[in-house]
Amino acid sequence: MTDVATGTIRLEKLTKSYDGHGKPAVDSLTMDIPAGEIVVLVGPSGCGKTTTMKLINRLIEPTSGRIYLDGKDVTRENPDLLRRRIGYSIQQTGLFPHRTVADNIATVPRMLGWSKDRTAARVDELLNLVGLDPDTYRRRFPKQLSGGQQQRVGVARALGGDPEVMLMDEPFGAIDPLNREALQNEFLRIQAELKKTIVFVTHDIDEAVKMGDRIAIFSQNGRVEQYDTPEKILSEPANEFVSSFIGAGAAVRRLSLSRLADVEVPDNWPTVGADDSADRRRVAAAGTDRDFLLVLDADRRPVGWLPAAEAAEDGRTVPLLGALGPGDTLYEALDRMLTYSSTGHVVTDAEGRYRGVLELDSLRTLIHANNSAAGQSQEVS
Amino acid sequence: MGFYDFLSGNWPEVRDATVDHAILVLEGLGIAVAIGLPLAVLIYRTVLPRAVVLGIAGIFLTIPSYALFGLLITPLGLGNGPSIVALTMYAFLPIIRNAVVGLREVDPAVVESARGMGMSRAKILLSVELPLAWPVIVTGLRVAAQLLLGIAAIAAAVNGPGLGNLILQGLDKAGTPFAIYLTIEGAAAIIALAVLFDAAFALLNRLTTSRGLSA
Repeated sequence: MTDVATGTIRLEKLTKSYDGHGKPAVDSLTMDIPAGEIVVLVGPSGCGKTTTMKLINRLIEPTSGRIYLDGKDVTRENPDLLRRRIGYSIQQTGLFPHRTVADNIATVPRMLGWSKDRTAARVDELLNLVGLDPDTYRRRFPKQLSGGQQQRVGVARALGGDPEVMLMDEPFGAIDPLNREALQNEFLRIQAELKKTIVFVTHDIDEAVKMGDRIAIFSQNGRVEQYDTPEKILSEPANEFVSSFIGAGAAVRRLSLSRLADVEVPDNWPTVGADDSADRRRVAAAGTDRDFLLVLDADRRPVGWLPAAEAAEDGRTVPLLGALGPGDTLYEALDRMLTYSSTGHVVTDAEGRYRGVLELDSLRTLIHANNSAAGQSQEVS
Repeated sequence: MGFYDFLSGNWPEVRDATVDHAILVLEGLGIAVAIGLPLAVLIYRTVLPRAVVLGIAGIFLTIPSYALFGLLITPLGLGNGPSIVALTMYAFLPIIRNAVVGLREVDPAVVESARGMGMSRAKILLSVELPLAWPVIVTGLRVAAQLLLGIAAIAAAVNGPGLGNLILQGLDKAGTPFAIYLTIEGAAAIIALAVLFDAAFALLNRLTTSRGLSA
């Protein structure tokens, strides 16, 4: 087996049992983890997801079964050498409190015998990657960082030796919801660049859906009830356990899988230029039955709404409520419409230029299209 | 004759006894560290050996010092031998217990992530656990030093060196005016040494502990 992509993991009939416990913690688990994907292990506590993850880098030694990395059996390899090839990051970060940020990140490169220059360059590269300015943070100690910053350093440290495989145990679990979302998005951006094989453990199905290329739903004793893409799991849960675990609202959750960049947004809303004369504004207002016109600047960036009834008067423009970008999902579009109870919501492209306006009606059309694309018609009348 | 005249008369004696006293304490402390630290590393993760070692060290500490020094005369004779051994035995408990507590207090998540990155057991001990336990270990040394400075005065009873000799001379001369002077000299010098040692250990702690643990 030499033709296997770097970063591929195969678990074969892995079992871990402890003396004195009746049932094994993980019972004869076989699983293929493709290179370059994020595979999320999700399930209730005590389901064996963390044990399974730790079996991969042999922090927990399997009772029986085989682990293959890049097609090579590593079940008997020196565990310390194996672990230096596998990034490891955990919820409590486990940063060395007595070492600086730079020394923490340099841990694995130093063990791999990298030169001083190469290690220092790697530290700066990784700090930049996780969005921390090297000159500011290099010499800090972990306790001088916020929780979110510590988590970033933890991820940077796990990436230190440029491993093909990363194991992450609830890496964003201890972060407040607002920062967690920012970190998740950032991590997805990093992963799009790095294309590591990532095994990600969480108990949160929303996080699993958001982060995973594939999701493995564990029930107990390392039993995988379903191992598939988020779309498939949400639209075709394999059994009763999976449907109850993903819970109510699977249809709503599925909306978070469609990014606005990938859907058609109606662009027939009446617009006026910010520098247009009063006459032109009046003409534009007369030509539509909308209550508001969208005002665009010279670069076609939306700047505000102009009430149609007062189109000819100056200084009547009202501000926009946060436009939706290409990275936002249908879920966020719906959420924002409900939050602001607005009729129309501006959608922009990556450069912030006007792409179209979503209304509740056009959004509903998109949601229906989305649902039938996922192989299920969930018509709600 | 007043105290200061007396002191200027036997100052060389006081000075030498103070130096001897400090050396005696450092010897006892050094041997206790050399044996106690490795022992602590061996036992801190095992339940029964840990209980046995800490139990024995605790018993050492409860033996009245006069009795212990006296008992050691039989195997070790008089002078330095029994003095150093007795002090070593008294220093075991603070040193071993603090080292065990310090090592056990290291955040398990830190050790787990060190393992997860491929650090060997020895490397984790030397570059993670001991540095993190270090402030607690130094505190143990500090406590042991204070304890030994007082107990070392008993060494004079077995012909050992140190400031105990001044105090013992004072007891011999009980009833004469010099008795008080000699005892004050001995006691004051011990107190001065205690203050000095404490400052030295505080400095050692500051200089050898990572800023990441203190700042």
